[in-house]
Amino acid sequence: MHVMSEDLSNLVQPGRVHRQIYTDPAIFDLELERIFGVAWIYVGHESQVKSPGDYFRTFIGKKPVVLVRDAAGDIRVIHNQCAHRGSLVVANDNGNTDEFMCCYHGWTYHLDGRLKAVPLQHGYPENFDPSNPKTAMTQVPRVRSYRGFVFASAAADGPSLEEFLGHMATSLDDMIDRAPDGEIEIAGGVFKHAYDGNWKLYLENLCDAAHPIFTHRSSIDAAQQQSDAVHSDGTGEIAIRQMRQNGAPYSFWESQVGIWTYPNGHSYLGDYHDDAKLVAALKDPVFRDYIAAMEKKKGKAETRRVMEVRRWNSNVYPNLSFMSQFQQLRVVHPVAVDRTVVHTYNFRLKGAPEQMFRNTISFANTVNGTGSLVLTDDLEIYNRIGMGLSSAGAEWIEIGRGYRSDLPDAHGGRRGVNSTSEVYIRNMLDAWLGYMTAPTLSSPASGGGKYPAA
Amino acid sequence: MAKKKKRAARLATRSRRPIAARRSTARQPIRQTLDLNACEQFLLHEARLLDDGKFEDWLKLFTPEAWYWVPSEPGQADPFETVSLIYDDRRLLETRVRRLLSPRMYSQEPRSRTSRIVGNLTIEESGKDGYTVRSKFMMIEYRREQQRLFGGTALHRLVQSGGRIMIAWKRVDLVNCDAPLDGITIPF
Ligand code: FES
Ligand SMILES: [Fe+2]
Repeated sequence: MHVMSEDLSNLVQPGRVHRQIYTDPAIFDLELERIFGVAWIYVGHESQVKSPGDYFRTFIGKKPVVLVRDAAGDIRVIHNQCAHRGSLVVANDNGNTDEFMCCYHGWTYHLDGRLKAVPLQHGYPENFDPSNPKTAMTQVPRVRSYRGFVFASAAADGPSLEEFLGHMATSLDDMIDRAPDGEIEIAGGVFKHAYDGNWKLYLENLCDAAHPIFTHRSSIDAAQQQSDAVHSDGTGEIAIRQMRQNGAPYSFWESQVGIWTYPNGHSYLGDYHDDAKLVAALKDPVFRDYIAAMEKKKGKAETRRVMEVRRWNSNVYPNLSFMSQFQQLRVVHPVAVDRTVVHTYNFRLKGAPEQMFRNTISFANTVNGTGSLVLTDDLEIYNRIGMGLSSAGAEWIEIGRGYRSDLPDAHGGRRGVNSTSEVYIRNMLDAWLGYMTAPTLSSPASGGGKYPAA
Repeated sequence: MAKKKKRAARLATRSRRPIAARRSTARQPIRQTLDLNACEQFLLHEARLLDDGKFEDWLKLFTPEAWYWVPSEPGQADPFETVSLIYDDRRLLETRVRRLLSPRMYSQEPRSRTSRIVGNLTIEESGKDGYTVRSKFMMIEYRREQQRLFGGTALHRLVQSGGRIMIAWKRVDLVNCDAPLDGITIPF
């Protein structure tokens, strides 16, 4: 590794960042170690492993892991590697099992990763101890669930999950609070999309209020010109309304939409939308049954409070983005410095009318679908940034919009004076710098505090 | 009342939907040669319109209440309970085609070139109101120094209207429908 911490701290400067952090394979390797090997990484949702023996295969950074509910009903995250000669043990994406068995020489493991049995054990030296934790599918040291959202940290110590999330936990609350029964579950399949660009570009785009009017121009125009008299089974209606909304003028983004950021790189875009068919708070007849179900379970006052939370994308740095109004969740998987895969999921609100989930699916197809009329242009942008940054053009990337006008936030964060501020990128890069230059790997400095005075 | 009617219509449409393209073709005798030939000519014509980028003409092949579906899972039962790579009702299909014609569709700048082969046709079901035709396809897509290969099974519901064959619905099951994919912009 030839990248020094001092070099790294020079790469992020007030209002600008060096393109090298998106293109240098050595920096990518360091990120896997110092960010994905330390931070609380979103792994999965408890509803994916409802019963003992349920498992779900995923990655922390590039490390294969398994999220599993063990025999006692506890959630575990274990490294997906056989302690014998290293084979991947769990090959299916998900399933249910009594034990894990490696198909190379048949070592078996309990659901919590402890070694269960070793064929030909008599052949090993006397000091071979099957109860030694080193002969297990090793557990990731820290695993915590925040109300069903499971995070894991490969660092043995460091800030608690609650400290790490801070005020952003309220966005996760908002996902759950929208369920009349107070419970949500992952349902409706998964999208996997891929692009030839750096993983950081993904979250940097999700709160970008200045791009839709350019990037999504073709779908905005096509949707605005679409006749509503044509047959729709409901799917197209949600999609087309959403695409039209993307065409809101700058004045809308600068007056009705905000961007909030918090320590550790987290952020959310809020107060978006004025289409009554897309925002439950605006009381379109479609939402009547839903609001009634909410009021029945939670009362009028709490229902009103929940409906008035109007956050759009919430990002938990470094690998999670979700959207509570349409129950979407995206997980970013870094593959190489110039290759990223993103998995997107949907939640069902328990106790809500079936139509709510259908809208969730329509919305997912529109904004997260691999063949969507919207996401395909975002993927094009990630690919183009990947290609553009490899040129010998400007060395420094400008992220200064809003720099002089950002304001402190009441919950310890920083917000843009309106949604077009790039404060959320500066905030992510502060966190990035904190992780990358932390003196000890297990205690990253918190980001968000590195703004020099104007 | 109107809402109820719409919902009933939606459910009716849904119940007509095929489950997966997993029927045995061996026990399906080929119907009249003319029918199969007419269906094949139609599918080849459709493929050619798509390869030639004549998306407006392609859209004209669909009935006013048609839908076009590319599931995200093998054997996916339903486009309403599970996400789809593409699920367009007629309204959205029109929007998709209009966007494909836009010079500002940046994911098509530069444009893709495609070449497809359609074959292994069988008539899965035929009734008074039309035919369900099963076919295999392979499509090469070239764009910006990269070539991708797609393949899979298509089900077309073909109906006759005013002496023309039209598509009442089309389902395309990609072999790699659950793979991580860069954007899909050109319809299959
Ligand atoms: S590598 Fe797993 S049992 Fe040998
Ligand atoms: Fe976008």
